[in-house]
Amino acid sequence: MKPLLRIVDLHKSFGTLEVLAGISIDVERGEKLSIIGPSGSGKTTLLRCINYLEKPTAGRIYVDDKLIGEKQVNGKFVHLSDRELAKERAEIGFVFQRFNLFPHLTALDNVSVAPRRVLGLEKRDAEERALAMLEKVGLAHKAGEYPERLSGGQQQRVAIARVLVMQPKLILLDEATSALDPELIGEVLKVIRELAEEGRTMIMVTHEIPFAEEISDRVIFMDDGKIVEEGPPHEIFANPTHQRTREFLRQIIDR
Amino acid sequence: MPEFWIKMWEWWPEIFPVLLRATAMTVQVMIGALIVALILGMAVALMRISKFKLLRYPALFYTDVMRGTPALVQIFIIYFGLSDLGIEFDPVSAAIIGLGMNGAAYVGEIYRAGIEAIHRGQVEAALSLGMTPARAMRYIILPQALRLMLPPLCNYAILLVKDTAIISTIAAPEIMFEARRLVQATFMYSISGQIYLLCAGFYLALTLPLSQVAKRLEKAKERWR
Amino acid sequence: MIDFLRGYEDYLGGWLWEMGIASLATLQLMFVSFWLACAIGMVAALIPMARIKALNLLVKLYIGFFRGVPVLVILYWIYFALPEMGYEVLVVSSYTAAILGLGIHGGAFLAEIFRSGIESLHKGQMEAALSLGMTPAKAMAYIVLPQAIRVVLPPIANFAVGLLKETALCSIIAAPELMLRAKDLASSSFLPMHAFVMAAVFYYIMSFPLMRAVEYLEVKMGKGLRTG
Repeated sequence: MKPLLRIVDLHKSFGTLEVLAGISIDVERGEKLSIIGPSGSGKTTLLRCINYLEKPTAGRIYVDDKLIGEKQVNGKFVHLSDRELAKERAEIGFVFQRFNLFPHLTALDNVSVAPRRVLGLEKRDAEERALAMLEKVGLAHKAGEYPERLSGGQQQRVAIARVLVMQPKLILLDEATSALDPELIGEVLKVIRELAEEGRTMIMVTHEIPFAEEISDRVIFMDDGKIVEEGPPHEIFANPTHQRTREFLRQIIDR
Repeated sequence: MPEFWIKMWEWWPEIFPVLLRATAMTVQVMIGALIVALILGMAVALMRISKFKLLRYPALFYTDVMRGTPALVQIFIIYFGLSDLGIEFDPVSAAIIGLGMNGAAYVGEIYRAGIEAIHRGQVEAALSLGMTPARAMRYIILPQALRLMLPPLCNYAILLVKDTAIISTIAAPEIMFEARRLVQATFMYSISGQIYLLCAGFYLALTLPLSQVAKRLEKAKERWR
Repeated sequence: MIDFLRGYEDYLGGWLWEMGIASLATLQLMFVSFWLACAIGMVAALIPMARIKALNLLVKLYIGFFRGVPVLVILYWIYFALPEMGYEVLVVSSYTAAILGLGIHGGAFLAEIFRSGIESLHKGQMEAALSLGMTPAKAMAYIVLPQAIRVVLPPIANFAVGLLKETALCSIIAAPELMLRAKDLASSSFLPMHAFVMAAVFYYIMSFPLMRAVEYLEVKMGKGLRTG
């Protein structure tokens, strides 16, 4: 079976600072991958490169065996513009650390805006689907509320519904619970857990170690822009091979 | 177009000194008005934040009227109106008083916003330490507020430079007035457009550096917060 | 004070009427210039989106120039200089010159207001919209601009107040508005103080609702758009 996502030797530099120093990963359909590591290790940048919010300096990304983000012009590879990237991005879901809900739209509108304006659905159909997704994350009763009246946990769940309604092939979660107050983290993790159980393909950058251990098929530890170690959760968390992995886990778990 | 360069070359010794002198006058008026505005504005601001309605309401009314009527009208009232009542001013004095009083309203608002922006907690902390409100104002609030006020004050200065053009209407020897007089006296009508463009250049020479300063102050403010 | 008010005895009725009509002319002048400035400002603010270097530079020069030069210079240029230099074809009425001058000059200010309004929006909004598969154009239309409009309303209302006051300058190029009428009445009656004070009252009446609108908008928009 061909992997759903294939990243080949990805490099990303911001000016002279190299943030990704050659990352290669294959992600199978239905696989749940967690990426852990210290801040500055490049985990978020890696995620943002996959949906081309950051443009890689070198390397290639393939979704379903198709090269994304670039096209060939006269034999050379050239990055696609935001307009051209839109189609590819619609198939990848991105959950932001700071939710990024649209404050001028209600929860229902937030979830239905993309089906209407990107997929071209009729208002009624879009809203039906949106309501179904809000139901799924347990917030159908808040459909008419504006984001400023929702708690952080509720906002993030709406953000997840907004992603789900587009039926993405792949879901990227960038520290989805890091910006939440502790008592609100649980409700979001519950939703993510359900998504995992449904067999969706997910890549999560996270600090929630026990959660990552529970739902991941594979864990990757990154540091300094490189993959230091990868393997099944119980191996990485219980018995890490590398010194750096051990140090990092010790710091995190001692929290 | 070549005609322009020929004419300019011919008349340069006439044009440039006149405009330069006029620019100096413009700067004088602007600084004079600024000083009046800065001082009067402080009084206005303190009245606005005072506890006493008797002080607050007149200041509020003053500010509103100054900001709600054109500076041109205010200057005409001071120059033509007051002379009608027996109080004469020369154009430059009338300009400084008029623009200064107008500015006091804007500057007062800038002061007020700056003072009110300082977190209540600061005031409470200062008072808890035993400072009188006056001391708190002097050592805690004003120093901080000053940093907040500098960018808008700089922007106001830019506005003031441009407003000086208004006083050409009361025959103050500033840029627009002198330019027009020059054109009419020497019949240089064919290049009047270029001369006004030159005037624009002189104004830009004053306002562009000020905008750079304003930008730097804005950046410094961000960093400090 | 009473003596002063007595000065109005002979003139009050006539002046109220004449200044009233002139005020309407002022409002009309302001209204038309406002929309011209909006149109120019919006174009100038959106052009950088096309990412054409030459156009960007042009817009930057336009904004930088007109924001640093008094509007009076522009009015002089359009109304006096053009005909004096012999460009008969470009001669316009004082009313038109006033609108063009105020509009072109104001457009630079509005462009700056629009531009910083759009920029002030959290970058995450654009990213979220793009991540959902929207093209930049759609993201602009449905997500960024609707929010930007709310943010720019107070400064635009403020600009409108300024524009109203700038119409007084157009009296210098003999455009039909309140200040011109006030000058006429002042010189014909030899009562400049009375005439100009009354004109001030009319201006205040016209600007009062706008200034209150600015305050209202500042409060309302200040509460508005907080995201997580």
